[in-house]
Amino acid sequence: MSIETRPTPETNTEKSASELIRLDQVTKRFGSNTVLDRLSFTVDAGKHVTLIGPSGSGKTTILRLLMTLMKPDEGTITVGGQQLFPAGEKQVREVRKNIGMVFQQFNLFPNMTVLRNITEAPVTVLGMSKDEAVERARELLDMVGLADKCDARPAQLSGGQQQRVAIARALAMRPQVLLLDEVTSALDPELVAGVLDVLREIAHTTDITMLCVTHEMNFARDISDQVLMFDSGRVIESGPPEKMFSEPEQERTREFLGAVL
Amino acid sequence: MNWNGNAVSDFMPHFWDGLLVTLQVLVLGSLISFVLGLVWALLMRLPSRWVTWPVGAVTEFVRNTPLLVQLFFLFYVLPEWGLTFSPLTTGVFAIGLHYSTYTMQVYRAGIEAVPAGQWEAATALNLPLARTWTAVILPQAIRRVVPALGNYVISMLKDTPLLMAITVLEMLGEARLFSQANFQFTEPLTVIGIAFIVVSYLASLLLRALERRLVH
Repeated sequence: MSIETRPTPETNTEKSASELIRLDQVTKRFGSNTVLDRLSFTVDAGKHVTLIGPSGSGKTTILRLLMTLMKPDEGTITVGGQQLFPAGEKQVREVRKNIGMVFQQFNLFPNMTVLRNITEAPVTVLGMSKDEAVERARELLDMVGLADKCDARPAQLSGGQQQRVAIARALAMRPQVLLLDEVTSALDPELVAGVLDVLREIAHTTDITMLCVTHEMNFARDISDQVLMFDSGRVIESGPPEKMFSEPEQERTREFLGAVL
Repeated sequence: MNWNGNAVSDFMPHFWDGLLVTLQVLVLGSLISFVLGLVWALLMRLPSRWVTWPVGAVTEFVRNTPLLVQLFFLFYVLPEWGLTFSPLTTGVFAIGLHYSTYTMQVYRAGIEAVPAGQWEAATALNLPLARTWTAVILPQAIRRVVPALGNYVISMLKDTPLLMAITVLEMLGEARLFSQANFQFTEPLTVIGIAFIVVSYLASLLLRALERRLVH
């Protein structure tokens, strides 16, 4: 199945329509369980794509494959015209520079200060000078509303604050693609809004490409150019959020949205 | 039981010599066991069976044979192969090697206890493998294992008298020498018994302070 990204009139019309991510016939099995079944789709640069569907339908697996946290059993994955799978270690490192990820459980490094969490990779991976990395980290912390938490340890922050630091950490690498894996699912309800506000701002003010797995349907409606509905390892329906949330074609999609909305 | 205060004061100069040797063995032996144990633990994680099998076999062998036998082996057999070290050097190396086969398991548990999410975050940030180990995994793993390593330091302290068997004059060696020369056993043995308690107590205080420092 191939799904074209449709341009949406309200947003992003000025952005490039060139293809950035391509999955071709990707299959992933865990034992006898086929999580992704010959999945193909493309995402254009600058687009925000939300993956929805019941748990176990393969949404998170796609993000993990793109982040090279696991390898597919079959198929090819291409990012920015360069193959990410199959590919050698050196090429993987090169292509992976374009991709950042924010995790459900934040995964900040507890042994480092907030600032060092953000500067570590720009300095050691991108070869940025320490001063430049610190300056950039401060700007990012300012953007996520945590300018005063530079010297704090992750354990001293609330879940919502930790997740905002994690977003800043991912952005510090200036990725073309940001993968968001249920980033508010581990948060207390009152902390969700702060994180989503930050992501909305990023979605609306940068040209970063986003792939987002979320159960926050209002947020998905707000930021998405395209919504993909997953079931049993396949995309069963896709379209712009207005259509997907108000008049989905598939019975399965209606059922799912009826349950979560 | 007769307690002879003069025997205590006569023994004290020998005691200080012995204490110094015991502390040397403890400190150097601990350092060797901390470093070697980490080396074993890291080697055991290499994907090659050509590394993990020999390292696993050797450390398993060392862990499951008595320290006393290893001391004798290193002290009496190595010189036959042309390798001669002082008794103290041999003892320190033997006790460090022996305990490294325990500390390697402590490190392994500590490394495995670092959540998978830390590795994933390091991958997502494209950190090189060596940097992931030194900046992310090991600092967290080592912090976790300090209490367990501390237990082995105390245990090692209690094994230091075994070095007497290869003529190292640590505390028990000095006490025995003094006792046999003067036929006074109670006083020197009591003194070193108390010294063992004091040293292990001070060592545990030191380790707890280290633990606290690492946690914050």
